Amino acid sequence: HGVSSGDSINPQQSSLRQLMMNVKPILQLIVKCTRDAGLHTCAPLQQIQKLTRLRVIDNSELGKSAMLEGRPPKCIHIYSKIRFGYTGDKVLVAIKGQKKKAILTGCHQNQKPLMPKFDSNNIVLIDDNGSPLGTRILFPIPTMLRHKLVEMSRPKGADYTKILAIATRFV
Amino acid sequence: MMAGLARMRILSLTRQLASLGLGGRRHTGSSAVPAKVLPYRKTRGDDDDVNMQQIPDDFRVVFPEFLPDPKPEWRNRLREKLERQDMLARRAVMAIPEFYVGSIMGVTVADPNASGKINRFVGICIQRGGTGLRAWFILRNVIDHQGIEILYEMYSPLINNIEVLRLEKRLDDELLYLRDALPEYSTFPLDMDPELIQEGAPVPVNHLKVQLKPRPWHERWERKNLQGLLDLGLPERFYKRAKLHEKPWEKFDLMKEYRATIPEEEQADIFREISPHYEQLEASRRRAKRRRTKIIRS
Repeated sequence: HGVSSGDSINPQQSSLRQLMMNVKPILQLIVKCTRDAGLHTCAPLQQIQKLTRLRVIDNSELGKSAMLEGRPPKCIHIYSKIRFGYTGDKVLVAIKGQKKKAILTGCHQNQKPLMPKFDSNNIVLIDDNGSPLGTRILFPIPTMLRHKLVEMSRPKGADYTKILAIATRFV
Repeated sequence: MMAGLARMRILSLTRQLASLGLGGRRHTGSSAVPAKVLPYRKTRGDDDDVNMQQIPDDFRVVFPEFLPDPKPEWRNRLREKLERQDMLARRAVMAIPEFYVGSIMGVTVADPNASGKINRFVGICIQRGGTGLRAWFILRNVIDHQGIEILYEMYSPLINNIEVLRLEKRLDDELLYLRDALPEYSTFPLDMDPELIQEGAPVPVNHLKVQLKPRPWHERWERKNLQGLLDLGLPERFYKRAKLHEKPWEKFDLMKEYRATIPEEEQADIFREISPHYEQLEASRRRAKRRRTKIIRS
């Protein structure tokens, strides 16, 4: 008579349910103890580092297909001495099984005064010479990139200012 | 009524503390040694009551950055006085209008990287803070389906013009939940015309209730006691846990209110100090535009 209706269907499931019923008060006690201890975590800094997922904002085929299938590119390296990426930094991303370079055009992290803060971490895909893979950037980019990309470019090396030519709106 | 009683108690408390003359050694720790409370010194003797009456009632709400940060470790009377002088000098050059969280504003800044060397941004004020010359506000807008926020320091010399396009208040003091709301609640046209309201009319309150996107959110909005949100539609357990985190005793905590405010006598002193400039400050509040500024776009 101590047999529950679930036994006849699946004895494994009912024993699991009985286990959970025994374990539940212990789990509740653990949750209560951690809550009463006053443990808390600080708000996330939303910095861009390795394995951060980024959003491609140009109209390149690679970028569009990656964003559409729900597998956005992941940052795998930041070309800077600091291990975090800021607006205008060059990063290496893993996108659809390939490695591509990109420029960070907008960060979700809290910014200094007068610097726009975006709702998503945006990138524009480029090749080794700094030429963008797409033909147009449909989202706004900050005006400070005009200065930063010129600074990054070398006369006989990569020219990163080409992405400014395909931008539609500056903020 | 509660607020009135609280204010009376705070006033008597300040007088008692002033008479004790607490002060002395600097403390590096947090709460063991009481913070140094500077004694209150009256700047004028005789006609106190008359001057208190002349101060407009809403000055502390319209110009909140003139009041210093109440934290005693950060108080420095001389620095505050010099800052107020600098603030008034800046306001003489560029009028900073009256605005609230929820007002839609347009800010023009000098930007060496922008075309024409100036850059204009229009957005809704979602938060304001800071005191003195470091007073700031954040504007939010959704441009080309991209949410953008910019923090402006009100007294920065890089700012050419601050214009209030729609003067209104909202049901909450901070609108940070707009980051998790549907984009239409943060979208405002960049070429918006200023909407003028009558002189002397009270600031309208927009009772708009905002709908949030599905979770995850930036913060636990159900715990923040916000009035400007539609029903969040969360399971019952969220509201139960929110109730556990509630602190209903805080509104009765007089010392907490005392630590978070500048005593009324000091406020009166500060506003009396800036009283020679009342005309200029009142002129910046005037809503009807006297002159039109033409922005020549090359």
